[in-house]
Amino acid sequence: MSNQTPRSAPALSAWDRVKLARHAERPHTLDYLRELARDWVELHGDRAFGDDRALIGGLATLGGETVMVLGHQKGTDTKENLARNFGMARPEGYRKAERLMRHAEKFGFPVVALIDTPGAEPGIGSEERGQATAIAESLLTMADLGTPTVAVVIGEGGSGGALAIGVADRILMLENAIYAVASPEACAAILWKDAGRAPEAAETMRITAADLAGFGIVDEVIPEPAPAHERPEEAIRAAGEAIGRHLADLRREFPAGNPEAMERLRAARYERFRRIGAWREASPAANGLESDPLLPR
Amino acid sequence: MPAMRDFFQRRGKFRPEEADDDRADHHIPEDLWIKCPKCGELIYSRELAREGRVCPKCAYHFRLRARQRIAQLVDPGSFVEWHAGVRPQDPLAFADASGTYDRKLEQTQSKSGEQEALIVGRGAIDDIPVSLAVSDFEFLGASMGSVFGEKLVRAIELAAEHAEPLITVSSSGGARMHEGLFSLMQMAKTVAALARLGRAGVPHIAILTDPCYGGVTASYATVADVIIAEPGALIGFAGPRVVEQITRQKLPDGFQTAEFLLEHGMIDMIVPRPELRETIGTLLHHYARPGDRDRAAERAPLAVSHE
Ligand SMILES: [Zn+2]
Repeated sequence: MSNQTPRSAPALSAWDRVKLARHAERPHTLDYLRELARDWVELHGDRAFGDDRALIGGLATLGGETVMVLGHQKGTDTKENLARNFGMARPEGYRKAERLMRHAEKFGFPVVALIDTPGAEPGIGSEERGQATAIAESLLTMADLGTPTVAVVIGEGGSGGALAIGVADRILMLENAIYAVASPEACAAILWKDAGRAPEAAETMRITAADLAGFGIVDEVIPEPAPAHERPEEAIRAAGEAIGRHLADLRREFPAGNPEAMERLRAARYERFRRIGAWREASPAANGLESDPLLPR
Repeated sequence: MPAMRDFFQRRGKFRPEEADDDRADHHIPEDLWIKCPKCGELIYSRELAREGRVCPKCAYHFRLRARQRIAQLVDPGSFVEWHAGVRPQDPLAFADASGTYDRKLEQTQSKSGEQEALIVGRGAIDDIPVSLAVSDFEFLGASMGSVFGEKLVRAIELAAEHAEPLITVSSSGGARMHEGLFSLMQMAKTVAALARLGRAGVPHIAILTDPCYGGVTASYATVADVIIAEPGALIGFAGPRVVEQITRQKLPDGFQTAEFLLEHGMIDMIVPRPELRETIGTLLHHYARPGDRDRAAERAPLAVSHE
C-alpha cells in the first residue's frame, strides 16, 4: 500500500483540497471512462420511476475484463450541471446503482465505483420517493455482493450519497479528493451554526486522503503530482493502474466463478467494515453477558 | 449528511423546544404540570407517565428516553443490558472554540445519565426473547458514532447467533459530526451486519420515532423486515429546514410525518404507542418457529433484572 504523502504537496490545507476536489475542470466519471475503458455501454434507469443522470452506470472493458462501472457524474458547464443535478443523486439513482450491482453479481463482473458527489439530493421529491431507504438498500446490497468491488473517491465524497456506492472491498482516494460525513459547510452549520466557517470545519473533520489513509479507512492514496484538473491524463492513468492492480489482487484471492471464494469475499468485506470505529471497553464486567441467565454458557 | 437537532424544528403547531422541556424521568421533579405542545392541555406529570407519555386529550406522543421506551416495550423485569462498557473515544482529537469532544462527552454523560446514545440488550416481549437496540435522543441527539455502531453490531450478531428477533427503536439526528468519517462508516458497518442477520433468517423489526433523520434513516433503521412508526413522528433523510432552504419551495402539509411516509409507501404501519407492544408481540408470534417458545421457557425464568 502506498500511503505516503506525495512529493509534490506543498502543504496544502484541507480547505485547499476541498477547492481542488470541487474544481470545475477536475476530471469526472465520463473522463475516466473515455481514457481507461473500452466498449463502454451505458445502462439506464431504475425500472420504476426514472433515469438519474447524476449517477451513471454501465459495462466497460477495463484491464482486459468486463466490469460494471458506477459513478456520480457532475457537469462541465451550467447546462450540463443542471441536467446532472450537480452530481447529487436522487432515489432512482441509488435504485439504478443497486440494480446494476445485482446485474454485476449475476454475471460475475467486478464493480468499480467512482465517487464524486456533494451528497444525495435533499429535495421534496427525493423525500417523497424514499431517499433514505434507497441509500440504505444500496448499502445493504453492496455490503453483501458476491463479486469483487473497488471504490475510488475521485473528487468529492459527500456523506451517505457517496457511501451508497462505497461499501467496497477496496477504497482508494485521489490525493486531492475529500471524503466527509457531511460537507464542510454542513458541518460548520451543524457544529457552530455558521456555514461560513467551512474552512475551519474542513480542517477539524479530517477529510483528506492522507488523514483517512492514516485512520485505516482508505486503503491507498493515488498521487496527483499536479492537481488532476491541470494534468488530467496523469491522474486518470494513475487511478487506472491502481484500480487494475486491486482488481487483479481480488481476483487472485477470490477467483471468479467459485461460490466458496465469493463467501470468503463476503466475509472479508464484512470484517473490513466490522472493525471500523474508535471505542474503548470500560470493563468486561460492564458488558452484562455474564449475568444474562438466558445465554448459553 | 444533515444531522442536527435544530434541523427538526417543527413548522406550525408542533414545537419540540416545549416537548424537550420535560427531560428524562430522573430530571423531572415529582409533581409538575406539563403543557401538551399540540393541544395546550395541562397534564400532571404522574398522569403523563401513567399514560406512557401520550397526551390523554389529543394523543400527542411525547418523546421517550431509551430506558422509558425499554420499560414500556418488554415484559416486566425481563431486560438485561449488554455491552454498557463500550465507551466513546476521540479519534479526530476534535476541538473547537467551545472545547474538546472529550469534554462534551463528559458533560453529556453527566447530564443525560447515559454513557452513549444507544442502549442494547436482551428482553422478552410476550414471552418471546428478543435483541433490543434503543437510541436516546437526549444523548447528543442520538447521533450515530463508533460506539452506537459497535453496540448495534454486537446486538445484531447476538440476535443472529441465538436466532432471536432484533427490535430497533430509533430516533436520531443522524451521524455524529465529532467522529468524522468513522461515523459515516457506521452506516455501512451496521447494514453489513443486518445483511448477515437476514441470511440467518432472523427478523428485524424497526420502530421509527420522533425525530429520525440522516445517517440512521439512511442505514439500519430502514433496512428492516417490518417498519413501524409512531403517529406524528418526523422521519426523513434531510431535515425540513435544509430541504426548504435548498429547494426554496414551501413544504407540503405533513411533509416527513409518519403519515406522509405511510402514504408514500416507505413504512408498513403507524402504531400508536399504547398498542405498540401488542402489535410487536403479534408479529413475533408469526415469525416464531415451532418450539421456540418452549425452548425459551425451558432456559430460564425471564424475571431477572440487571439494575
Ligand atoms: Zn395534547
